[in-house]
Amino acid sequence: MNDRLANARAEAGAFMERDHSQHPPAYAPGYKSSVLRAPKQARISFASTLSEKTGPAFGHNMLGELDNDLIVNYAKPGEEAIGQRIVVHGQLLDQNAKPVPNVLIEFWQANAGGRYRHKREGYRAVLDPNFGGFGRTITDENGYYWFRTVKPGAYPWPNGVNDWRPAHIHFSLFGSGFAQRLISQMYFEGDPMIAICPIVNTISDKAAIDRLVARLDMNNTIPMDLRAYRFDIVLRGRRSTFFENRPEGN
Amino acid sequence: MVTRLDYLKETPSQTAGPYVHIGMTPNWSGISGVIPEDLGSQVVTDGVKGERITVAGRVVDGGGNPVSDCVVEIWQADAGGIYNSPAEHRTGADPHCIGWGRQAADENGRFVFDTIKPGAVPAPNGGFMAPHITFWIVARGINIGLQTRMYFSDEADANRKDPILAKARMIGRDGTMIGQREGDSVTFDIYLQGENETVFLDI
Ligand SMILES: [Fe+3]
Repeated sequence: MNDRLANARAEAGAFMERDHSQHPPAYAPGYKSSVLRAPKQARISFASTLSEKTGPAFGHNMLGELDNDLIVNYAKPGEEAIGQRIVVHGQLLDQNAKPVPNVLIEFWQANAGGRYRHKREGYRAVLDPNFGGFGRTITDENGYYWFRTVKPGAYPWPNGVNDWRPAHIHFSLFGSGFAQRLISQMYFEGDPMIAICPIVNTISDKAAIDRLVARLDMNNTIPMDLRAYRFDIVLRGRRSTFFENRPEGN
Repeated sequence: MVTRLDYLKETPSQTAGPYVHIGMTPNWSGISGVIPEDLGSQVVTDGVKGERITVAGRVVDGGGNPVSDCVVEIWQADAGGIYNSPAEHRTGADPHCIGWGRQAADENGRFVFDTIKPGAVPAPNGGFMAPHITFWIVARGINIGLQTRMYFSDEADANRKDPILAKARMIGRDGTMIGQREGDSVTFDIYLQGENETVFLDI
């Protein structure tokens, strides 16, 4: 087996330790669903091994032409989803500010009225027959991504008596290693619902919450068609490996 | 002048929520026609080398209820212990072992993966880690994805030398990371909370 350790390429760097002050704790009773689903024991910490430094990769050829266009990817031919038309775009970086190219981003959301196309959905807002609410893309060589959609509506949910989620889009992110796997939600600049959302407020650091808020980007709107929102995303960075001429993380 | 270290901060996690299936298993959730097949439905393809096994289990909450709305992902090496990944520095990964799988749990919180038993993977400080499969679980009520590992009950010797199991053993909880093998089936139940709470990793 030792021949497998020889030569080839240098082993990828381990990931920087996750800074849990930037994330919600497992147990956050303001968000009631977390109460029975939060592990109570401390996590076991260990520097990432090959099992976390590696991760699956997905090729651009996997994508269908409309995968990143939620306005039409579920619509009947010639029809489009109803709502405020937007493009969401940004750059995927790691903590070293290095772009993360060629990785899969999946996103899902409610329709313009705040209704999900899901069997467990209980909100009385109507379904849009032309909106599925799912899309995906792969970052380009510079870590950029973009997709076209309609702005989702706010929706009520059973937590407190009268809790409503701010408009948001769910994101699922891969990186180059499985330790970078992350799910988050993107909010919209200026939404008064953000400050009163129990899920947003599972994060205690206000500056961290602000990094989940996409900025209205009028310079990239398409007049008479779409407004743009910019949302940059940061995944864990790799530590340097000093066994090559050039430290890998730098 | 001293250089400032301004590493960026990781984007904060938020729960995957109750509608995670729309984004991660759209066909399973009834949104058909957007993509041909849900990603991760096949961990290995025909012609894969190694022992074929099924890995099945349940995800259970602190009240003993099935976590019926979770999504489970796995990541593993091939039979030779090599990862099919651009970040793998060794060559020769089995092209038929994708190594990554994704499943929506059923109403009983149950998942099943058809896969192969992975080989041992080099440990960071020399030697090998025992064969294992990495698990990642997301759901409504889980604020940040939970990562753990499943080791194999038929690898007692290798398990004894595994550096991560050793840490779990020090707190008497290594048993929660062992999948029980019977024939070609491995059973691995995951407890989010309570007496049998699974060991989760910060790795
Ligand atoms: Fe949502």
